[in-house]
This record gives sequence, C-alpha cells and structure tokens, in this order.
Amino acid sequence: MNRLRLWLLAVGGAGLAALLVAACLDLPAFGGRWHPYGDRAVQASLDRHIANTIASVNFDQRAYDTLGEISILFAAVLGCVVLLREARDEHRAPPEPAEVARPVRRYALLVLPVALVTGLYVIAHGQLSPGGGFQGGVVAATALHLLYLGADYGALERVRPLGVYEASDSLAVCAYLVLGLAGVLAGTAFLANTLLPYGTFNTLSSGGTVPLLNAAVGMEVASAVVVLLAHFLDQAVEIEEEHGS
Amino acid sequence: MNTAMHVLPYLVAVYVFLTGCYGLATSRNLIHAVGCLAVCQSATYVLLLAVGYRDGATAPVFSDIEPGSRPVVDPVVQALTLTDIVVGATVTALLLALVLQIAKRHGTVDPDELRELRG
Repeated sequence: MNRLRLWLLAVGGAGLAALLVAACLDLPAFGGRWHPYGDRAVQASLDRHIANTIASVNFDQRAYDTLGEISILFAAVLGCVVLLREARDEHRAPPEPAEVARPVRRYALLVLPVALVTGLYVIAHGQLSPGGGFQGGVVAATALHLLYLGADYGALERVRPLGVYEASDSLAVCAYLVLGLAGVLAGTAFLANTLLPYGTFNTLSSGGTVPLLNAAVGMEVASAVVVLLAHFLDQAVEIEEEHGS
Repeated sequence: MNTAMHVLPYLVAVYVFLTGCYGLATSRNLIHAVGCLAVCQSATYVLLLAVGYRDGATAPVFSDIEPGSRPVVDPVVQALTLTDIVVGATVTALLLALVLQIAKRHGTVDPDELRELRG
C-alpha cells in the first residue's frame, strides 16, 4: 500500500516537474527589461503622489482586491475563534506565575516599547517607505507578546482585553468599507482614490485615501494577530481537559 | 548571462514547490503537513519575485531615489507576493486550529490513523 503510494507520487511528481520545467523555459528571461504592468503601476503611483509603489498598487490600483484580502483575514480569525473556543468538557485554569530569567525579562521589556513604536512607524509610513498596514500590524501585535516572554501570561492578559481587539478588528474592516463607500457617495466609484487631494509628494498626508486605507488595514491586522495568538495561547496555557469526564 | 542563469530562479521555485509536495504526500504528522503546505506556498513567492526582477534594479520606492533615475523592479508582483503571504498566514492559522481540534478529538495527528470519521 505504502510502496504503491510512493510509486504513484514519484510518477506524478516526475510528470509535474517535467511540465513545470518546460513552462519555466518558456517564461520571459529572468531580469529582463520588459515589464509593461510594472512601468504603468509606477507611473500611476507617481501621478497620485505615492512614493511607495507597492502601497499604491495595494490601496489604490488594487484596493478592491485588498478588501477581499482583509475579508479573508477577518473570516480566518473568526474561524479560529470558533474552532479554538472552550469546549464543554474543558475548563479554564489560570496559569501559575512563571519564573523568568533576569536577562530575558530585562531585554524583553526593553525591546517591547521599541518594537511597538517600530510597528506604528511602519504602519504610518506605509505610503512612503517599504512596509505598510500588513507588515506594521504584525510587528505591533507581536511586540505586545514580548510581555509574555518577559513577564508571564497574566501580565499579557492584563494589557490585552480581548473584547477590545475583537471590536477594533471589525471596526477596521468597517472603516475600510466606509472609506470605499464614501467614494460612491461623493459621486466617483467604490474605492476609487479620487476623493481627497493627493497632497505633496513624499509627505505623511500624500496619496489621497491611501494613508487612511493603510491605517485601517494596520489596525485590522494588529487586532487580528492579537486575537489569533490569544486563542492559540489560551489553548496552550489556560484551557485544560476535564479529567474523568 | 547564459541561458541557465535566465531560468535558474524559476527552477528554484519549481524545486521548492516539489519539495513541499513530497513532504505533503509522505507526511506522518498533520502539523508537519501544514508546514509543508507553507513550503509549497513559499515557491510562489520565489516565482512571483523572480518574474518581477529586472537587472540592476532597485525597490520601487521613491522616497529616497529620484523617479526615473534608476530602473525599479515590477511593483505589481511584489504587491501580489504581499497578498500571497497574508493569505498563506491565515490559511496556516486556520489549518493549525483544525489540527488542534483533531488532536483533541481523536488523540492523534497521524493522517493514516484518521481512517474513520467519528462524531
């Protein structure tokens, strides 16, 4: 049975490999000069005073796709919350305060504010420098979890009222939608970046609605990661199976 | 550059993808399988970034370079890669949550031992 399966895998894998290699040989050569979409995306981004072209692609040219993307994130978080809830045959036990090595505690608490500010900086400068809502959101959310490394789970729970993060997750998705609908009400199109003035190139307020959409996404990703990690950590640290049930 | 260099990055993507597929098919542990899926997905990052590369180009960010002064890589595929990473992370999280439930309900994470469905 197992041998048959391996043979099947070998034959299928060899066929797939041959097809993929044949496809690769037909692709435009690596490092070539011909990038018609890239050139047009760069031009469109400069026209709208956005220094980071990738932010322009994500929050202006493909803003509608990003709405789908954050909906996927929202739905996945919702799914994880449902899957990782406390079951009927389980109960919650508050974890014992744990001993933390002194250097770990010192450096975790030292790095925490730095990491948090870095995350917020990356979100705020999304349309100017590499980064943006998605990346900065993850940095900011993981920064909070340094408290778990540096102190203990109880300390993390005190600065992390889950309800607030769940609400801000949904609020951020709503904010993105409302910003899109504002375009419709103003007589342009859904998520079309023609509502606000484009501002001065390479400043924080440049790019029309891009900084706002970027901030909404940053808020959503940060809250989503906090909620997600909270449910996984709850499973690992707090939720125990009832014995003898 | 010779022809080999022109396709090498694409072949790396193929190699990474097939490695992930091999791991998925022979996996004896669901957590390991989720990791293999992440490896498969990494192949798509390599492929996308390879498609967008341009010789001697820099990042398509104009906060510190004059527009038009240097060639930049294709920003469209970079944005697609970002989307790819986000979707990959959410899929991984959801699958790991499912694995956790399977481990609790069935007491095993070996896919071969999960023959019959139990309520």
